[in-house]
Amino acid sequence: MNKAVAVIKVGIADMNIVREGSVIRTSGLGSCVGVIIYDHLKKVAGMAHIMLPDSTLSKGNIKNLAKYANTAIDELMKRLLMENVSRFALKAKIAGGAQMFQFSNTSDMMRIGPRNVDAVKKCLKEHGIPLIAEDVGGNNGRTIEFDPITGMLRIRTVNKGVSEI
Amino acid sequence: MDVLKEIGNIGAGHAATSLSQLLQHKVEMHVPSVRMVDFDEMMELGGGAEKKMVSVFLRMEGDAPGSMFFVLSPEQARRFVSMMIHSEDVQFDQPPYDELAISALHELGNILTGSYLSSLADFTNLDLHPSVPSIAIDMVGATLSFGLIELSQVSDQAIVIETCLSTEETEQQDVKGHFFLLPDPGSYEKVFRSLGVETDE
Repeated sequence: MNKAVAVIKVGIADMNIVREGSVIRTSGLGSCVGVIIYDHLKKVAGMAHIMLPDSTLSKGNIKNLAKYANTAIDELMKRLLMENVSRFALKAKIAGGAQMFQFSNTSDMMRIGPRNVDAVKKCLKEHGIPLIAEDVGGNNGRTIEFDPITGMLRIRTVNKGVSEI
Repeated sequence: MDVLKEIGNIGAGHAATSLSQLLQHKVEMHVPSVRMVDFDEMMELGGGAEKKMVSVFLRMEGDAPGSMFFVLSPEQARRFVSMMIHSEDVQFDQPPYDELAISALHELGNILTGSYLSSLADFTNLDLHPSVPSIAIDMVGATLSFGLIELSQVSDQAIVIETCLSTEETEQQDVKGHFFLLPDPGSYEKVFRSLGVETDE
Protein backbone atom coordinates (compact mmCIF):
# COMPACT_ATOMS: atom_id res chain seq x y z
CA MET A 1 0.00 0.00 0.00
CA ASN A 2 3.03 2.28 0.36
CA LYS A 3 3.94 2.83 -3.23
CA ALA A 4 5.49 6.10 -4.25
CA VAL A 5 2.38 7.42 -5.88
CA ALA A 6 0.11 10.23 -4.87
CA VAL A 7 -2.86 9.17 -2.80
CA ILE A 8 -6.10 11.00 -3.24
CA LYS A 9 -8.12 10.77 -0.06
CA VAL A 10 -11.86 10.53 0.10
CA GLY A 11 -13.42 11.41 3.47
CA ILE A 12 -16.75 10.35 4.89
CA ALA A 13 -19.64 11.38 2.68
CA ASP A 14 -17.11 12.60 0.14
CA MET A 15 -16.11 11.79 -3.44
CA ASN A 16 -13.27 12.38 -5.84
CA ILE A 17 -11.80 11.46 -9.21
CA VAL A 18 -8.44 9.82 -9.84
CA ARG A 19 -6.38 9.58 -13.01
CA GLU A 20 -3.44 7.40 -14.02
CA GLY A 21 -0.46 7.89 -11.69
CA SER A 22 -2.41 8.33 -8.49
CA VAL A 23 -4.43 6.00 -6.33
CA ILE A 24 -7.62 6.87 -4.52
CA ARG A 25 -8.32 5.82 -0.95
CA THR A 26 -10.98 5.98 1.72
CA SER A 27 -10.39 4.84 5.29
CA GLY A 28 -12.49 3.15 7.92
CA LEU A 29 -15.58 2.04 6.04
CA GLY A 30 -18.04 0.46 8.45
CA SER A 31 -21.70 0.46 7.52
CA CYS A 32 -20.75 2.99 4.83
CA VAL A 33 -20.15 1.75 1.29
CA GLY A 34 -17.22 2.71 -0.91
CA VAL A 35 -18.14 2.65 -4.58
CA ILE A 36 -15.67 2.89 -7.43
CA ILE A 37 -16.77 3.55 -10.99
CA TYR A 38 -13.95 3.34 -13.51
CA ASP A 39 -12.96 3.31 -17.14
CA HIS A 40 -10.09 0.85 -17.40
CA LEU A 41 -9.01 1.96 -20.86
CA LYS A 42 -8.86 5.66 -20.06
CA LYS A 43 -7.52 4.85 -16.57
CA VAL A 44 -9.89 7.20 -14.82
CA ALA A 45 -11.89 6.32 -11.75
CA GLY A 46 -14.26 7.97 -9.31
CA MET A 47 -14.80 6.96 -5.71
CA ALA A 48 -17.57 7.88 -3.29
CA HIS A 49 -17.88 7.12 0.44
CA ILE A 50 -21.62 6.71 0.96
CA MET A 51 -23.26 6.89 4.40
CA LEU A 52 -26.98 6.54 3.72
CA PRO A 53 -29.09 4.67 1.17
CA ASP A 54 -31.48 7.31 -0.05
CA SER A 55 -31.65 11.12 -0.15
CA THR A 56 -35.39 10.99 0.46
CA LEU A 57 -34.48 9.95 4.04
CA SER A 58 -32.97 13.36 4.51
CA LYS A 59 -34.91 15.71 6.70
CA GLY A 60 -33.07 18.83 5.62
CA ASN A 61 -32.08 20.14 2.22
CA ILE A 62 -29.31 18.13 0.67
CA LYS A 63 -26.01 19.94 0.58
CA ASN A 64 -23.75 16.97 0.39
CA LEU A 65 -24.47 14.81 -2.64
CA ALA A 66 -21.82 12.23 -1.71
CA LYS A 67 -23.68 11.21 1.43
CA TYR A 68 -26.51 9.28 -0.23
CA ALA A 69 -26.24 6.33 -2.61
CA ASN A 70 -28.58 7.77 -5.23
CA THR A 71 -27.23 11.33 -5.33
CA ALA A 72 -23.60 10.18 -5.00
CA ILE A 73 -23.79 7.85 -7.98
CA ASP A 74 -25.63 10.43 -10.09
CA GLU A 75 -22.97 13.02 -9.28
CA LEU A 76 -20.09 10.59 -9.74
CA MET A 77 -21.41 9.74 -13.21
CA LYS A 78 -21.69 13.41 -14.07
CA ARG A 79 -18.11 14.10 -13.01
CA LEU A 80 -16.75 11.02 -14.78
CA LEU A 81 -18.45 11.97 -18.03
CA MET A 82 -16.81 15.39 -17.78
CA GLU A 83 -13.49 13.51 -17.75
CA ASN A 84 -14.41 12.15 -21.18
CA VAL A 85 -14.73 8.56 -20.12
CA SER A 86 -16.73 6.36 -22.43
CA ARG A 87 -20.04 5.68 -20.80
CA PHE A 88 -20.22 2.10 -21.99
CA ALA A 89 -16.77 1.18 -20.72
CA LEU A 90 -17.66 2.04 -17.14
CA LYS A 91 -17.53 -0.69 -14.53
CA ALA A 92 -18.00 -0.66 -10.78
CA LYS A 93 -16.55 -2.26 -7.68
CA ILE A 94 -17.93 -1.84 -4.18
CA ALA A 95 -16.85 -2.58 -0.61
CA GLY A 96 -18.21 -1.96 2.87
CA GLY A 97 -21.72 -2.22 4.26
CA ALA A 98 -20.67 -4.07 7.37
CA GLN A 99 -22.58 -4.39 10.59
CA MET A 100 -20.09 -3.22 13.18
CA PHE A 101 -22.14 -3.79 16.31
CA GLN A 102 -24.28 -6.79 17.12
CA PHE A 103 -27.65 -6.05 18.68
CA SER A 104 -30.55 -8.27 19.53
CA ASN A 105 -33.08 -5.87 18.06
CA THR A 106 -32.61 -5.36 14.35
CA SER A 107 -34.18 -2.00 13.70
CA ASP A 108 -33.78 -0.32 10.33
CA MET A 109 -30.99 1.82 11.66
CA MET A 110 -29.04 -1.23 12.78
CA ARG A 111 -29.38 -2.74 9.31
CA ILE A 112 -27.95 0.34 7.65
CA GLY A 113 -24.96 -1.54 6.12
CA PRO A 114 -26.97 -4.02 4.03
CA ARG A 115 -29.43 -1.28 3.10
CA ASN A 116 -26.58 0.85 1.79
CA VAL A 117 -25.29 -2.05 -0.27
CA ASP A 118 -28.73 -2.72 -1.77
CA ALA A 119 -29.22 0.94 -2.59
CA VAL A 120 -25.84 1.21 -4.30
CA LYS A 121 -26.49 -1.89 -6.40
CA LYS A 122 -29.88 -0.57 -7.43
CA CYS A 123 -28.43 2.78 -8.50
CA LEU A 124 -25.63 1.15 -10.47
CA LYS A 125 -28.20 -0.96 -12.27
CA GLU A 126 -30.26 2.12 -13.12
CA HIS A 127 -27.21 3.67 -14.71
CA GLY A 128 -26.45 0.41 -16.52
CA ILE A 129 -23.04 0.00 -14.92
CA PRO A 130 -21.93 -3.60 -14.43
CA LEU A 131 -20.77 -4.49 -10.92
CA ILE A 132 -17.55 -6.42 -11.43
CA ALA A 133 -16.56 -7.22 -7.87
CA GLU A 134 -17.72 -6.68 -4.33
CA ASP A 135 -16.56 -7.23 -0.78
CA VAL A 136 -19.52 -6.35 1.38
CA GLY A 137 -21.20 -7.25 4.65
CA GLY A 138 -19.58 -8.99 7.58
CA ASN A 139 -18.68 -7.15 10.73
CA ASN A 140 -15.31 -5.64 10.02
CA GLY A 141 -14.11 -2.21 9.02
CA ARG A 142 -12.37 -1.72 5.68
CA THR A 143 -9.91 0.70 4.17
CA ILE A 144 -9.98 0.59 0.39
CA GLU A 145 -7.59 1.80 -2.27
CA PHE A 146 -8.12 1.76 -6.01
CA ASP A 147 -5.47 2.03 -8.69
CA PRO A 148 -6.87 3.18 -12.05
CA ILE A 149 -3.91 1.61 -13.91
CA THR A 150 -4.46 -1.93 -12.69
CA GLY A 151 -8.18 -1.58 -12.05
CA MET A 152 -7.66 -3.42 -8.77
CA LEU A 153 -9.30 -2.56 -5.48
CA ARG A 154 -7.15 -3.29 -2.45
CA ILE A 155 -9.03 -3.89 0.79
CA ARG A 156 -7.38 -3.70 4.16
CA THR A 157 -8.94 -4.95 7.40
CA VAL A 158 -7.49 -4.98 10.91
CA ASN A 159 -7.90 -8.70 11.52
CA LYS A 160 -8.19 -10.37 8.14
CA GLY A 161 -5.28 -8.73 6.39
CA VAL A 162 -5.28 -7.37 2.86
CA SER A 163 -7.14 -8.66 -0.18
CA GLU A 164 -7.63 -7.51 -3.75
CA ILE A 165 -10.69 -7.65 -5.91
CA MET B 1 -21.84 25.32 24.37
CA ASP B 2 -20.98 26.16 27.97
CA VAL B 3 -24.03 24.29 29.15
CA LEU B 4 -22.95 21.23 27.21
CA LYS B 5 -19.52 21.52 28.74
CA GLU B 6 -20.99 21.66 32.24
CA ILE B 7 -23.06 18.58 31.48
CA GLY B 8 -19.97 16.82 30.21
CA ASN B 9 -18.09 17.83 33.33
CA ILE B 10 -20.66 16.47 35.72
CA GLY B 11 -21.14 13.27 33.77
CA ALA B 12 -17.44 12.60 33.50
CA GLY B 13 -16.94 13.35 37.19
CA HIS B 14 -19.43 10.68 38.14
CA ALA B 15 -17.98 8.27 35.62
CA ALA B 16 -14.48 8.80 36.99
CA THR B 17 -15.67 8.21 40.55
CA SER B 18 -17.36 4.94 39.68
CA LEU B 19 -14.35 3.83 37.70
CA SER B 20 -12.04 4.63 40.63
CA GLN B 21 -14.22 2.48 42.87
CA LEU B 22 -14.26 -0.34 40.38
CA LEU B 23 -10.52 -0.39 39.84
CA GLN B 24 -9.61 0.72 43.36
CA HIS B 25 -7.24 3.01 41.62
CA LYS B 26 -7.41 6.74 41.22
CA VAL B 27 -8.86 7.77 37.88
CA GLU B 28 -8.48 11.30 36.62
CA MET B 29 -11.12 13.06 34.65
CA HIS B 30 -10.05 15.83 32.36
CA VAL B 31 -12.09 18.90 31.64
CA PRO B 32 -14.09 18.01 28.61
CA SER B 33 -14.13 19.87 25.38
CA VAL B 34 -17.27 20.52 23.43
CA ARG B 35 -16.71 20.95 19.76
CA MET B 36 -18.65 21.27 16.60
CA VAL B 37 -16.80 19.11 14.11
CA ASP B 38 -17.39 17.65 10.69
CA PHE B 39 -17.41 13.88 10.37
CA ASP B 40 -13.82 13.53 9.25
CA GLU B 41 -12.61 15.67 12.16
CA MET B 42 -14.50 13.44 14.53
CA MET B 43 -12.57 10.41 13.25
CA GLU B 44 -9.34 12.32 13.86
CA LEU B 45 -10.43 12.90 17.47
CA GLY B 46 -10.93 9.16 17.76
CA GLY B 47 -7.36 8.53 16.62
CA GLY B 48 -7.77 8.53 12.83
CA ALA B 49 -10.32 6.63 10.75
CA GLU B 50 -8.07 3.65 10.17
CA LYS B 51 -6.75 3.30 13.72
CA LYS B 52 -7.70 0.11 15.49
CA MET B 53 -9.59 1.00 18.64
CA VAL B 54 -11.86 -0.64 21.17
CA SER B 55 -15.27 1.03 20.91
CA VAL B 56 -18.09 0.57 23.36
CA PHE B 57 -21.28 1.79 21.77
CA LEU B 58 -24.70 2.27 23.26
CA ARG B 59 -27.85 4.15 22.55
CA MET B 60 -29.28 6.73 24.90
CA GLU B 61 -32.96 6.09 25.10
CA GLY B 62 -35.77 8.15 26.57
CA ASP B 63 -36.55 11.86 26.26
CA ALA B 64 -33.41 12.91 24.42
CA PRO B 65 -32.13 9.98 22.37
CA GLY B 66 -28.62 9.83 21.06
CA SER B 67 -25.54 7.68 20.65
CA MET B 68 -22.71 7.31 23.05
CA PHE B 69 -19.24 5.92 22.58
CA PHE B 70 -16.41 5.13 24.90
CA VAL B 71 -13.31 4.69 22.78
CA LEU B 72 -9.91 3.53 23.92
CA SER B 73 -6.84 1.94 22.39
CA PRO B 74 -6.38 -1.84 22.64
CA GLU B 75 -3.42 -1.21 24.95
CA GLN B 76 -5.42 1.07 27.23
CA ALA B 77 -8.30 -1.41 27.26
CA ARG B 78 -5.85 -4.11 28.28
CA ARG B 79 -4.67 -2.03 31.25
CA PHE B 80 -8.17 -1.22 32.43
CA VAL B 81 -9.39 -4.78 32.07
CA SER B 82 -6.36 -6.44 33.65
CA MET B 83 -6.89 -4.16 36.67
CA MET B 84 -10.51 -5.24 36.78
CA ILE B 85 -10.07 -8.98 36.56
CA HIS B 86 -6.62 -9.08 38.18
CA SER B 87 -5.06 -10.87 35.28
CA GLU B 88 -2.09 -9.93 33.15
CA ASP B 89 -3.18 -12.41 30.53
CA VAL B 90 -5.42 -10.03 28.63
CA GLN B 91 -5.04 -8.71 25.11
CA PHE B 92 -7.18 -6.90 22.59
CA ASP B 93 -4.71 -6.88 19.73
CA GLN B 94 -5.75 -10.04 17.94
CA PRO B 95 -8.91 -12.16 18.03
CA PRO B 96 -9.99 -14.48 19.51
CA TYR B 97 -10.45 -12.34 22.56
CA ASP B 98 -10.87 -13.84 25.99
CA GLU B 99 -14.56 -14.06 26.89
CA LEU B 100 -13.98 -12.90 30.43
CA ALA B 101 -12.02 -9.91 29.15
CA ILE B 102 -14.79 -8.95 26.74
CA SER B 103 -17.43 -9.21 29.42
CA ALA B 104 -15.24 -7.10 31.72
CA LEU B 105 -15.08 -4.55 28.92
CA HIS B 106 -18.87 -4.61 28.68
CA GLU B 107 -19.05 -4.02 32.40
CA LEU B 108 -16.58 -1.16 32.15
CA GLY B 109 -18.67 0.40 29.40
CA ASN B 110 -21.84 -0.16 31.40
CA ILE B 111 -20.53 1.51 34.51
CA LEU B 112 -18.95 4.45 32.78
CA THR B 113 -21.74 5.29 30.42
CA GLY B 114 -24.38 4.47 33.03
CA SER B 115 -22.97 6.89 35.57
CA TYR B 116 -22.46 9.48 32.85
CA LEU B 117 -26.04 9.18 31.72
CA SER B 118 -27.62 9.11 35.15
CA SER B 119 -25.89 12.34 36.13
CA LEU B 120 -27.02 13.86 32.85
CA ALA B 121 -30.57 12.72 33.58
CA ASP B 122 -30.44 14.16 37.11
CA PHE B 123 -29.08 17.43 35.86
CA THR B 124 -31.66 17.89 33.14
CA ASN B 125 -34.62 16.15 34.77
CA LEU B 126 -35.03 14.17 31.60
CA ASP B 127 -35.76 10.48 31.43
CA LEU B 128 -32.61 8.96 29.96
CA HIS B 129 -31.50 5.38 30.10
CA PRO B 130 -28.76 3.45 28.34
CA SER B 131 -29.26 0.48 26.02
CA VAL B 132 -27.15 -2.61 26.50
CA PRO B 133 -23.67 -1.73 25.27
CA SER B 134 -22.11 -3.36 22.26
CA ILE B 135 -18.41 -3.69 21.61
CA ALA B 136 -16.41 -3.57 18.41
CA ILE B 137 -12.65 -3.77 18.12
CA ASP B 138 -11.91 -2.36 14.72
CA MET B 139 -11.09 0.75 12.71
CA VAL B 140 -12.43 3.70 14.65
CA GLY B 141 -13.85 5.29 11.49
CA ALA B 142 -15.94 2.19 10.92
CA THR B 143 -17.34 2.19 14.44
CA LEU B 144 -17.85 5.91 15.08
CA SER B 145 -19.54 6.49 11.73
CA PHE B 146 -22.27 4.14 12.89
CA GLY B 147 -23.19 6.60 15.63
CA LEU B 148 -23.55 9.32 13.01
CA ILE B 149 -26.29 7.60 11.03
CA GLU B 150 -29.14 9.42 12.76
CA LEU B 151 -27.37 12.74 12.77
CA SER B 152 -26.17 12.51 9.19
CA GLN B 153 -29.75 12.58 7.98
CA VAL B 154 -30.01 16.23 8.93
CA SER B 155 -26.49 17.53 9.33
CA ASP B 156 -22.90 17.26 8.15
CA GLN B 157 -21.56 18.20 11.54
CA ALA B 158 -21.69 16.73 15.00
CA ILE B 159 -21.40 18.30 18.41
CA VAL B 160 -18.97 16.13 20.27
CA ILE B 161 -18.74 16.23 24.03
CA GLU B 162 -15.33 14.74 24.43
CA THR B 163 -13.98 13.68 27.77
CA CYS B 164 -10.73 11.98 28.60
CA LEU B 165 -10.16 9.61 31.46
CA SER B 166 -6.78 8.42 32.56
CA THR B 167 -5.36 6.46 35.44
CA GLU B 168 -2.46 7.79 37.49
CA GLU B 169 0.10 5.46 36.03
CA THR B 170 -0.78 6.34 32.47
CA GLU B 171 -1.10 10.06 32.90
CA GLN B 172 2.12 10.76 31.10
CA GLN B 173 0.86 8.95 28.07
CA ASP B 174 -1.26 10.37 25.37
CA VAL B 175 -3.55 7.39 25.17
CA LYS B 176 -6.71 7.82 27.18
CA GLY B 177 -10.29 6.82 27.05
CA HIS B 178 -12.53 9.16 25.10
CA PHE B 179 -16.23 9.66 25.51
CA PHE B 180 -18.27 10.79 22.57
CA LEU B 181 -21.78 11.92 23.23
CA LEU B 182 -23.79 12.40 20.07
CA PRO B 183 -27.32 13.57 20.69
CA ASP B 184 -29.77 12.82 17.89
CA PRO B 185 -31.23 15.73 15.97
CA GLY B 186 -33.89 17.32 18.13
CA SER B 187 -32.34 16.14 21.39
CA TYR B 188 -30.28 19.30 21.93
CA GLU B 189 -33.41 21.40 22.05
CA LYS B 190 -34.92 19.10 24.65
CA VAL B 191 -31.82 19.21 26.81
CA PHE B 192 -31.60 22.98 26.55
CA ARG B 193 -35.28 23.50 27.17
CA SER B 194 -35.17 21.36 30.29
CA LEU B 195 -32.37 23.57 31.54
CA GLY B 196 -34.21 26.76 30.68
CA VAL B 197 -31.65 27.84 28.11
CA GLU B 198 -32.71 29.63 24.96
CA THR B 199 -31.58 27.78 21.86
CA ASP B 200 -30.40 30.44 19.51
CA GLU B 201 -26.96 28.94 18.97
